Amino acid sequence: MPRQRFSALSLLWNSLGKHRGWPEQWRRAEPQAEYDAVIVGGGGHGLGTAYYLAAEHGLTRIAVVEKGWIGGGNTGRNTTIIRSNYLFDESARLYDHSVKMWEHLSQVLNYNVMFSPRGVMMLAHTVHDVQVAQRHIHANRCNGVDNEWLTPEEAKAYCPPLNIDPGLRYPVLGAALQRRGGTARHDAVAWGYARAADALGVDIIENCEVTGIRRDPSGAVEALETSRGVIRTRKVGVVAAGNTSVVLGMAGVRVPLESFPLQALVSEPIKPVFPCVVMSNGIHAYISQSDKGELVIGAGTDVYTSYTQRGALHVNMHTLEAICELFPMFRRMRMLRNWGGIVDVTPDRSPIIGKTPVPGLYVNCGWGTGGFKATPGSAHVFAWTLAHDEPHPINAPFTLDRFREGHLIDEAAAAAVAH
Amino acid sequence: MLLIRCPHCGERPEPEFAYGGEAHIARPADPAAVSDDDWAAYLYLRTNIKGVHAERWRHTRGCGRFFNALRDTTTDRFIATYKAGEKPPEGLR
Repeated sequence: MPRQRFSALSLLWNSLGKHRGWPEQWRRAEPQAEYDAVIVGGGGHGLGTAYYLAAEHGLTRIAVVEKGWIGGGNTGRNTTIIRSNYLFDESARLYDHSVKMWEHLSQVLNYNVMFSPRGVMMLAHTVHDVQVAQRHIHANRCNGVDNEWLTPEEAKAYCPPLNIDPGLRYPVLGAALQRRGGTARHDAVAWGYARAADALGVDIIENCEVTGIRRDPSGAVEALETSRGVIRTRKVGVVAAGNTSVVLGMAGVRVPLESFPLQALVSEPIKPVFPCVVMSNGIHAYISQSDKGELVIGAGTDVYTSYTQRGALHVNMHTLEAICELFPMFRRMRMLRNWGGIVDVTPDRSPIIGKTPVPGLYVNCGWGTGGFKATPGSAHVFAWTLAHDEPHPINAPFTLDRFREGHLIDEAAAAAVAH
Repeated sequence: MLLIRCPHCGERPEPEFAYGGEAHIARPADPAAVSDDDWAAYLYLRTNIKGVHAERWRHTRGCGRFFNALRDTTTDRFIATYKAGEKPPEGLR
């Protein structure tokens, strides 16, 4: 199914017809009776997995089933921050694999995902923060991941709205800057992968909720029961974020996940004022400005498990108080929208990517509060895992077994984020 | 923001409370006798249920006491709260 490629010429040509001549970007597929592989979850990670299965591993009969609409879960609800400055070797390899893929993703997909490496600056407010940041910088550099230390004055030069008054309750003592980090357009990531996967014959089936997983007498997966009928398949990749426990529970598999609401909000759109991404793990503020002009602000998780996709206002207030302190010029900004997504959090805050005890059933979950940045790399190694029935070297440490063996990848303690 | 009924103090707003995770998970009496699988399950596996969840809360900024609650994770509505050490009310899960 050849697609009309996006190019300067095709944009110009279609502008002559007032852009009414563009064809649909992917088909509205009906479920077939059988597939070689079915991906459960039509977010960026799931659509990307289907794309790489088709593009790099030669599978032809692939479906993505999504209970709502594609990109309508956490892919469309996150704050689009991309970085790879994680402490541990395993994480650095995984997340940097992803950052390197972001750098070429628009060209690979022929779809502008608006990747913008505008720099991610993480603030330090206490002596302990400074020590943790320095440790991260050194560890990152050993792993070939760029990260550098900025004094408060250098931080302000990089991000002029930043308040570095030493009289602040939590003064800025410096910052770690990853220049290769930045943002991308989250919806475009889902759409770009959907369009590219569809062009390779992948069926993208929306409004199709998985209600059961059928297994043969040997215990292996043989079919999915869905709200749109039974789909036979021997390979199922579950990429269902906050609903992973529910889906895997249908096959009797328990995973160490808890699902929490994570909230975010955007302001009214304004002219460009904010040049980079600023994060403060210590006082919990995450902010950047979208190309549309909205300030995109990440708040925290609510304390209790939930599947409601909403949370309490005081969680947002906590973040806004920090934002107003760090960037006094935003004190009179009005907030436009606020929402929640359900994030699946593991005990060590690192993902689980690999096989389950059930033959033919694979899982990619546990991305918690920071999965968007990993979308291309996660999808790439997960597709490899499904195709080869064993993990790619990059995701080999991120097994389900690590919780029994004690080989945790404890970014929870490393990040020192008040999760 | 949730309105939570502390069994000792009555209804109070959520910021007065701390969440304590899933309820009714007992530490194995003899950890050395437990298999690796069972120990990992005790440490890390939670029901993470989409439905009625039994959970612990602590009224940190009130009486300071722990108690248990049944809450529907699809609506965040509290179904019941009960004192620590008590069994969950029958017929509500």
